[in-house]
Amino acid sequence: MSSISRDEVSRVAALARIDLTPDQVDRFAADLDVIVDAIAQVSEVATSDVPATSHPLPLTNVMRADEPVAPLTQEQALSGAPAQEDGRFLVPQILGEE
Amino acid sequence: MSATTVDLVDYDDAIRRYDPVLGIEVHVELGTRTKMFCAAEVEFGGEPNTQTTPVSLGLPGALPVVNATAVEYAIRIGLALNCSIAESCRFARKNYFYPDVPKNFQTSQYDEPIAFDGYLDVELDDGTIFRVEIERAHMEEDAGKNTHVGGSTGRIHGAEYSLVDYNRAGIPLVEIVTRPIEGAGERAPEVARAYVQTLRDIFRALDVSEARMERGNVRADVNLSLRPTPESPLGTRTETKNVNSFRSIERAVRYEVSRQAAVLDAGEKVIQETRHWHEDTSITTSGRVKSDAEDYRYFPEPDLVPVAPSREWVEQIRAALPEMPAARRRRLQEAWGYADAEMRDVVNAGALDLIEATVAAGTSAAAARKWWMGELARRAKADEVELDALPITPAGVVELQSLVDSGRINDKIARQVLEAMLAGEGTAEEIVTAKGLEVVSDDGPLLAAIDDVLAAQPDIVEKIKGGNMGPIGAIIGGVMKATRGQADAGRVRELIMERIG
Repeated sequence: MSSISRDEVSRVAALARIDLTPDQVDRFAADLDVIVDAIAQVSEVATSDVPATSHPLPLTNVMRADEPVAPLTQEQALSGAPAQEDGRFLVPQILGEE
Repeated sequence: MSATTVDLVDYDDAIRRYDPVLGIEVHVELGTRTKMFCAAEVEFGGEPNTQTTPVSLGLPGALPVVNATAVEYAIRIGLALNCSIAESCRFARKNYFYPDVPKNFQTSQYDEPIAFDGYLDVELDDGTIFRVEIERAHMEEDAGKNTHVGGSTGRIHGAEYSLVDYNRAGIPLVEIVTRPIEGAGERAPEVARAYVQTLRDIFRALDVSEARMERGNVRADVNLSLRPTPESPLGTRTETKNVNSFRSIERAVRYEVSRQAAVLDAGEKVIQETRHWHEDTSITTSGRVKSDAEDYRYFPEPDLVPVAPSREWVEQIRAALPEMPAARRRRLQEAWGYADAEMRDVVNAGALDLIEATVAAGTSAAAARKWWMGELARRAKADEVELDALPITPAGVVELQSLVDSGRINDKIARQVLEAMLAGEGTAEEIVTAKGLEVVSDDGPLLAAIDDVLAAQPDIVEKIKGGNMGPIGAIIGGVMKATRGQADAGRVRELIMERIG
């Protein structure tokens, strides 16, 4: 009983900027279906009296004071950049706007 | 952008036939010392990529920690906008790909904003109060800055590549979202502008941001739709991004009203899209159409735990809120005895703080207004600078006025002294002494000058003796001229009367 369509896989892949071949789309549709079904079982246990949780630890208000620490140097910041220019990260042409 | 001509309907005509509905999103950069989720220090204008940490660069394994001061500022803003403050709220990931967002998501708030359900009373130019309902104010972080290289200058279109500076990435933002603003009618452009202006003033009063529009500390996105009548369902809206001056907000709203009216008149549909405001040509152009790309796949941020501001903390912050700008204006207007129009001019000229400081430093409200809204306003306008950028302080104005009040110089000479003060020639006292500008109060020189003038005009003397006081002004004028304006006109008049008998 497939609940994940090929279209949905293609759409999510596009949003995540992942190129998939038609074969991969078929395979992931089937794989994701199994995963979704498995997770759906949780809903059977989690009734309305179980609050939704986004964090495993029951903590709140973990905050720091607004005090600066030494930042990375420009050299450190750029050390992992495949390309750079004038102290900035160089990225390929940005498409899809204007 | 292709330069296709866009049909526009005259604004007044459009507004007679359509009812505009606004929605405004304002982002304010908080003036904390460090970023929202890491302790990189924030300073305007630093060298590129010198204000980052692994967190603000989105390096693998880096973990965010919330800045407590940013949370406090967000609560301050929420309270000032009459919002409820959440008992508990979470952060969420807003997923999208763009080089200025190094993590491939922006840490924001989605279904649990820290502040919600508020309102802001906005005072329009004629004193009308317009209430804007606030849907929410939530915490998030700013993106880095892209510079597009190649192609036409600075435009993404035709650029060969882009350069990214992450100094701004992670600066705390609060985004304030209104509910649909209805009932503004033809005043929609003014309401939009006044709303953002009021917010800006509040940010400054709350001391949560420098709130400088020209630096992008405050950025407005303006949603607008038209409908045939106020009873009709909402029309399709467009969102005009990054309108970054008060004047542009008004103009962008006017433009969209005119443009959308033309689209609807032609029997077509307004496309739901993002539009870009062009400051140079004063038009908006189509950006991206809202579509799948707008699916941000929000989910709760697993690296941060909920923020649950205690009610004690919220009440402490509420108790410490400063006077709001509108209340302060009312208080000062009453204390100073200015008429409504005078007060409005003072506020619009940016003279409120200066006059307050001038009055506090010891001169009358009337004198403070006379200088700041008179000579100094003229000078600022001529030099095209803000009033507070003039090289004179409130204390300097007080010193000048005290020389007038004590009778040592008159108003005319005072203007001359002011010129010299603005030219950096020294304090009022120094200038008066150095140039010998003090009022001639010694009767000797005055009488000599009077005698000279009277001797030159015997016919006038006869007239005055005959009871015709009209020509006395000519005598006083002659004496003022002879003393280079340094005589006390009242004293001159007395002496002339004595002389003539």
